[in-house]
Amino acid sequence: MEDALPTGLSGAQKDELMDQVKQQIAVANVQELLTKMTEKCFKKCINKPGTSLDSSEQKCIAMCMDRYMDSWNLVSETYRLRIQKERNKM
Amino acid sequence: MNFSDSFDSGSSKGGDKDLQDFLMVEKQKAQFNAQIHEFNEFCWDKCVEKPGNKLDSKTETCLSNCVDRFIDVSLLITNRFAQLLQKSGGGI
Repeated sequence: MEDALPTGLSGAQKDELMDQVKQQIAVANVQELLTKMTEKCFKKCINKPGTSLDSSEQKCIAMCMDRYMDSWNLVSETYRLRIQKERNKM
Repeated sequence: MNFSDSFDSGSSKGGDKDLQDFLMVEKQKAQFNAQIHEFNEFCWDKCVEKPGNKLDSKTETCLSNCVDRFIDVSLLITNRFAQLLQKSGGGI
């Protein structure tokens, strides 16, 4: 590890590094969400791709996005509770 | 948290321990998030028919059951596989 990380980083440098890591993780997380959401909502809303997105398709996409995020939050909460439950069992 | 112990040598050199701890926490958070993405993708396909104005209660129940049952299956398979391994004396 001493090779990978220069020793003697100042406090400010360390803070900056941590911020950068956090930011990169956040960006990757959002990218993952966008990719999956695009794929899932395209599947749900676009049956026959036409020459443009008509208004009902656009409405469907907007609704689908909102529901996908609702679902994400619900899944996240369920998973969090389950991990807690499994920890308590040990 | 034995994982961090293996990096103890770093703590004497310039306080890298802070960074190690930080990275470990971030890694766990990232793994948690990746798992949610996977569950959500899978359970969305199973539970959501047509996206409406809100998730109805039936869909919500389906989503949380989906996550819990998926974990049950994963635990069941892991445990049974371990038993099979044990029975066969470690060779498979």
